[in-house]
Amino acid sequence: MEKALERFYSVFAEWGVPSIVPQLIVMLVVVSVVILFISVSVMFMIWWERKISAHIQVRYGPMRVGGWHGWAQSIADGIKLLLKEDIIPAGADKLVFALAPMVVFAAALAAYVIIPFGPNLIVRDLNIGVLFYISISSLTVVGIIMAGWSSNNKYSVLGALRSAAQAVSYEVPLVVSVLGVIMTVGSLSMIQIVEAQKRIWFVIPQFFGFLIYLTAAIAECNRLPFDIPEAESELVAGFHVEYSGMRFAIFFLAEYANMFTVSAIATALFLGGWHGPLLPPWLWFLIKTYCIIFVMMWLRWTLARLRVDQLMNLGWKVLLPLAFLNMGITGLILVIHG
Amino acid sequence: MVPLSHYLILSAALFAIGMFGALTRRNAIGILMALELMFNAVNLNFVAFSRYLPQTMLQGQIFAIFVITVAAAEAAVGLAIVLGLYRNFKSVNVDEINLMKG
Amino acid sequence: MTVTQAVFFLLAAFTLGAALLVVLATNIVHCAIALVFTFFGVAALYVLLDAEFLAAVQVLLYVGGITILLLFAIMLTSRISARGVKIMNEQAGISALVVFAILALMVFANLKGLVLAAAPLPASYATASLGRLLLTTYVLPFEVVSILLLAAMVGAIILAKREREKD
Repeated sequence: MEKALERFYSVFAEWGVPSIVPQLIVMLVVVSVVILFISVSVMFMIWWERKISAHIQVRYGPMRVGGWHGWAQSIADGIKLLLKEDIIPAGADKLVFALAPMVVFAAALAAYVIIPFGPNLIVRDLNIGVLFYISISSLTVVGIIMAGWSSNNKYSVLGALRSAAQAVSYEVPLVVSVLGVIMTVGSLSMIQIVEAQKRIWFVIPQFFGFLIYLTAAIAECNRLPFDIPEAESELVAGFHVEYSGMRFAIFFLAEYANMFTVSAIATALFLGGWHGPLLPPWLWFLIKTYCIIFVMMWLRWTLARLRVDQLMNLGWKVLLPLAFLNMGITGLILVIHG
Repeated sequence: MVPLSHYLILSAALFAIGMFGALTRRNAIGILMALELMFNAVNLNFVAFSRYLPQTMLQGQIFAIFVITVAAAEAAVGLAIVLGLYRNFKSVNVDEINLMKG
Repeated sequence: MTVTQAVFFLLAAFTLGAALLVVLATNIVHCAIALVFTFFGVAALYVLLDAEFLAAVQVLLYVGGITILLLFAIMLTSRISARGVKIMNEQAGISALVVFAILALMVFANLKGLVLAAAPLPASYATASLGRLLLTTYVLPFEVVSILLLAAMVGAIILAKREREKD
């Protein structure tokens, strides 16, 4: 991989082209590959979720499009959304309305930079790895508030404000729960964190950290049982009430892409990343990630929605103290063991 | 490479813009935003100095971290004050809040 | 002009443009959104200065924290639909004069006085040394700042809380 890259650069150097040109080409290729991966995996996840929800409710779900168990349903849905009319409400703030889906998608896309699919399969092993994800994911909230406010609709503003309050509250336990792993490894780099789990996965010593991370991550993704930002029965659809067609599709894409990201980060931090016998590393990574996604879908279709006050109580009075306790105990053990 | 003075001039311009906003805005929240711009300008200076001056040993970055912390505290308290003002005066325009004026 | 310089000028123009929008836009929500872009520009400049950790902290705290707080305060206070309200007070002219004078002074001092350190140092530090410094040499200011944060938190809660007995 790296040798091929070097040869690619040297060819351009022989021709006397400045090094920025091949670098830009490589960047473009990497971005296209990531976007392609996101689209395909999101389409698969949407079909899968519809199947899981159907079987939990003793139905079949989509069966017709494409033949085998309706596998092409997501493709058909995607084409339908692309062909729909692009509607901007008359009272909307047009510029912000158009900008909001881009901001949300950009945040979702940027997080893929640090996902370690394999020992060499990472876009960039940043020095600040985990911190990069935590900081870039906070951009999603800004996009959601932009969408909710610019739609000029009271339901969407309420949904956006709920979403912001929820994301800010659950970001704190999320960060603190990850600290246990970071302290044990002594590095923020994703590659080093995965390498440190060669002998034992961190889910065993950091079990509470894993549980807190998973709960907070589900809340960050605005999924049931924490989906009050888009509670259909009270807010119609939350911040994206007024969105339709392509713009709505982008929000949808970003939501599922975020779900993949939080699961992939849980895999890298707690489930040993690409480590596993027999199968190639990237396959192990994907299997573990999709297992976590399955758990998230399972929870969504079996649990009821929390109330706003229950949500805040859980975040601040249960998860946060537990996360601090976990961090403190980890630190104590590290100090005693030297 | 970009010389240090470029960063300093940029940060001076950012500071001036923030100062203009803080002096002219009527909305209290707008004034807070302008203050944040000024904090950012100062931080940019600190980080640039810490990168370019010999033997600074990251002092600039450490100071910038403290400035960011203080800015966060300032924003929280400032916005709480704005909410209190709004509750008492039904307005957040600072030139309408002049009870103490003789 | 090297690539780094081009990137610097692009970022500088982006940051300053967004900052101008923060100060001059008539709609306060637009100001807040422009502020987000300014913070991003500054974070990118930090990356250019090899301060990745600070860039992440900048995005995390300013974009994820302070801007959200500001947007919340805007939604809770101002009548957003009220358009065409005067946004500046009557000191705009004199303020512009003062600000330009100060800017000119700063740029003049910059071009005149500062000749040291033409070449930047090689970047040789990592995030780890920053953390080590914070918990050894600078541990006292670190603790003082944490007390300040606690005080600010208590103060903000007391100020923002409604007094139940009176209402």
